[in-house]
This record gives sequence, structure tokens and C-alpha cells, in this order.
Amino acid sequence: MTLPFFAALQGAPPPSTMVFVIATVVKMIVFFTIYMVGVAMLTLMERKVSAWMQDRHGPNRVGNGWLQPAADGLKNIMKEETYPGAAYRPIFVIAPALAFIPAMLAWAVIPFGAPWDSPWGTIEMAVAPLPIGFLFVLAITSIGVYGIVLAGWSSNNKYSLLGGIRSSAQMVSYEIAMGMSTIPVLLLAGNVSLNQIVSQQAAVGPLSWNVITATIAWLIFLIAAFAETNRLPFDLPEAESELIAGYHSEYSAMKFSMFFIAEYANMVTASALMATLFFGGWDIPFTAWDNAAPHTGLKTLLTGLFFFAKILFFCFFYMWIRWTLPRFRYDQLMSLGWKLLLPTALTYIVLIASAILGLQIAGFGPATWQFSGALAGLNVVCVLLLLFVLDRGRIVSPAYSRLDPRHLARVRARAAARTTRPPTVEAR
Amino acid sequence: MAIGVKVMERPLEDTSYLRATLTGLSHTLKHLFQEKVTVQYPEEKWSLSPRWRGTHRMLTTEDGKAKCVACGLCPSICPANCIKLVPGEDEQGNRYPLVFEIDEFRCIFCGYCQEVCPEEAIHVGRHYENSEYSREGFVYDLERLMAQTHPVCEMWDPTDPKGE
Repeated sequence: MTLPFFAALQGAPPPSTMVFVIATVVKMIVFFTIYMVGVAMLTLMERKVSAWMQDRHGPNRVGNGWLQPAADGLKNIMKEETYPGAAYRPIFVIAPALAFIPAMLAWAVIPFGAPWDSPWGTIEMAVAPLPIGFLFVLAITSIGVYGIVLAGWSSNNKYSLLGGIRSSAQMVSYEIAMGMSTIPVLLLAGNVSLNQIVSQQAAVGPLSWNVITATIAWLIFLIAAFAETNRLPFDLPEAESELIAGYHSEYSAMKFSMFFIAEYANMVTASALMATLFFGGWDIPFTAWDNAAPHTGLKTLLTGLFFFAKILFFCFFYMWIRWTLPRFRYDQLMSLGWKLLLPTALTYIVLIASAILGLQIAGFGPATWQFSGALAGLNVVCVLLLLFVLDRGRIVSPAYSRLDPRHLARVRARAAARTTRPPTVEAR
Repeated sequence: MAIGVKVMERPLEDTSYLRATLTGLSHTLKHLFQEKVTVQYPEEKWSLSPRWRGTHRMLTTEDGKAKCVACGLCPSICPANCIKLVPGEDEQGNRYPLVFEIDEFRCIFCGYCQEVCPEEAIHVGRHYENSEYSREGFVYDLERLMAQTHPVCEMWDPTDPKGE
């Protein structure tokens, strides 16, 4: 598959080792700064959006509200660090970092802008443009659960431990659905490199975005991402009403703050992944010039901004969902993950794989509008089926719903069979 | 099924999660743009009811003396026992308070003192911003009660229950 973007790349001179090292260091510093400031501003955004959705104003005192994250940070640095007497100190200290680092690491491979043909060679706009990018992301994000589990365990507190246990069960369950939901994307891209996935989606405008060609996969990924980041409606590990604050009950000051940062960092990472895998990455919709040579610095900047906007939208979506849906019950969470998401994802893989195969036999390769259009049509049908057939008391078991009549008849028949069983030989 | 859970007998066809979620999302989005109801307190304040019972105030006569005649009715009726009154008498035999102190911390702001006062001297007022740095600051003496300037509470009139 030769796309214009890659043809251009092959033509540009590769950067020398010196340039590569300097560029990587600069990217790391710039990126880390933007990321940390962004995470800090997200805490403000969360508070503002929460407030607006509740018809309030939100923080507006410290520098008209803009300095609120700085004030919060300052407060947390000044506060006393407390250690529970029975906590296991080394793990208790290291757990917050373990929660935060994977979220940060996953970012290294996500391309956040079009490559830049600088005078010193082409510079990729990802800190580490790995060819196995997506596998790296899957591997690293699964580590995130350790921070939470270890925090829960080392606190020596029953609520913390329960939070940690819940978190591990939840993450393991949804990790599978998440991995399965991304397989259609990989099938469409034919590669695990995130750059390839982005350029494949840019092929025929927004029609070839994976959200159009693999809608159900996106929905499953979305739900799994909410569970993976412990955000409402899946915030069972910290369920305030049941577990006080779950795994971080015993944490104070900056260590607590680290968990907070980790949560938002995870949110940003999940949003970025969603944008990359399903919403065309840094592709600017309805235009083709951003994917074509020459790759000027301006293009890099603009595509970067678009990527940022997409991330921001998903972060907002996280908050939007938070103030819309109440927390799941534990059994609902498990049955949703195992009984619904996993089978749906597996079915969908088969469906998309056969559709791709069928289209290729029919002579429509990927990166043609017929290919994307046919898949989009398939997805419309799938979404309608999901909304009006599957979504009938089967998605989330409600507090109570009537038993299915057939099921009820079966249960009754079984019970009747038990009571009227003929006496056994011994009894006679 | 836990005990005492309300059971909703819904037909299976009406049960939905995704569609209901979409409806919910539209509701929260609507609220995002709605007018905010918060009162920005120190800058804007809400108007108090004319029957608001807050910080006390002692009214004075034209010549600047307290109207109080130290009859002792208010300390007797006070359910919180927060009024301290030591009566005194001048040469003409007029009674006046030597000491009149109200502990605003003990006060429950029932307004009985105002209702019982025969001289319409002690009043509860339409005022609530009385923070202090020490507990002692909340014991208002006669001078301080007389120095208050806020409007006083209009007591409930049984003949005009709605205050018209």
C-alpha cells in the first residue's frame, strides 16, 4: 500500500544521528511540558465542566479560575505527608509513581502531528516512532493497574484493598475487550504502526476514519477506555459511597496528587489513542493538503493543533459522561465486560474481516471510497441493530426486570422435575 | 435481590441503556449552557426577607439612650439563656440597664426577645455577616447593640399572615 504521505517520506533524507538525538530530546522536553500543563489544566476543566453541568460557575477566584490548578498544586505540596502506621512503606511510596508512569510512557509512541521536513532531515512528530507502536501501547497501559493494586494493598486498609481488588478485576476484564475492539482497526490498516494507522485513515477523507468504518469497535473501545481509566461510570476502585476513596484513602499531600495526575494522564492517553485509532489521528478532516508533501513546519503545527482539539473533545466527553451516568454495580460491570463486550467484539472482528475479504474479492481495495462507503453502510446497520435489538434490557442488567418468559418456563419446569422425581431404588 | 428494593415491572421492550444514555447526555449538555444559579456572594447578595431574624439591635430614643427599661422580660423568655441583664435605677426612679449583653453564639434567633419587649427596644435584625476572630467578640454589649444600623425584623402579624 503506497500512500502519498509515505511516498513523500521515502523521498526525504533521513536525519543524521546527531539531529535525531537532538530532535528527540527537544521533543521530549517540549512534549513533557505541554503534557503536564495540559493535565493540570484538565483538572480545572473538570471542575468547570462539572460546575456548568450543575448550573454553577465553578472555580473563578484564583486568577479568574485560571490559576486554580497552581493553587491546588501548591496546597498539595505544602500539606503534611502522612503514613499509616501499618502501611508497607516502600510500596506505599512507590505506588503513586507506578500509577502515573505508564500513562506517560504510552504517549511516547503516539504521533501528534504531521512529520516535518526540516532542513536537517525529516523529523517524525512522535517522541519514539516505533514500528510496533500499537503493541507498545497495549503493553504499557496494562501496567497501569499495578500502581492502583499496590497502593490498595500496601495501605493496609480494608477499603483500599477492596478498591485495589476491584481495580485489578476490572482492568483485566476490560483489557481483553479493549484489545479485541482494536483488531478491526488493525485489519483495516494492515499494520500495527500508529503512523500507518493514521495515514490509512487519511486516505479518502473522514469517510475512511475508523469511526465510520469500524463504529462498533469504537463504541467497545470507548467503553473499555472508560473502565481502564477508572472514570465514571466505572470508578468502582474509588467508589466514594462504598469504599470512601478506595485505593487512595490513605494517601495525602503530593502522593494523593500523583494519583489524581495519573487519572488525568490516563484520560489524556486514552483520548489520544481514541483520536489516533478511530478519528484519524492528526489528520485534518475534509482536506488532503495536510497529508501531502511538502511537509512544512506550518503543516506540522496545524495538524498538531487538530490532534489537540480531538483530544480535548474526548476529555470533555469523559466529563460529560461522568455527570450523566451513575456508577455501575459490580456484577453489572463484570457481566457487561465478559458477557456483552467480549462476544460483540469477537463477532465484529469476524464481520469486518469477512467484509474486507469480500470487498477485496469484489475488487475494491482499501483506500477507495467504495471500500469505506460499503463498510460505513454495514456499520449503520450494526448501530441500528445495537440500538434497537440488542439494547433491550440486555446491555446492563437493571435493578430488576421481568424474567424472559421462556427462561421463566424453563426454570419452572426444572423445579417441577426436581420435586416429582420418582423415588430411587434404595429408598424403595 | 436485596430486601426492600422497589421493583419496577417494566416490559423488556422498554428497557434500554444506550438510548437512555443518549437522552441523558442531551440533558446534561443542555444544562451546560443554561444560566447559572450561583450567587457570587461577596459581590452580590441575595435580598433578605423582611422577617429575617439575624444580629440583634437595640433601638434608641431621640436623645441617644437605649429604649430598654430593664424590665427583665427578655432574659426570662430567652430559651437559649443568652441575655445578661443587670438593671439599674436613676434619681428619677427610671430603670435602665447597667449591663445588657447578648451572646450571639448562644442565641438561637427565635425572636422571642423582640416579641416580648414592651418598649420595642431589643430587636433581631435583617443582618447575618457577623464573623469574629474570637469567641469573646460574639458577646455584644449594650454599646455595640446600640451601634448597629441594619434594618430590624418585622415580626409576623397574625391579622396579616402574608405580610401584605
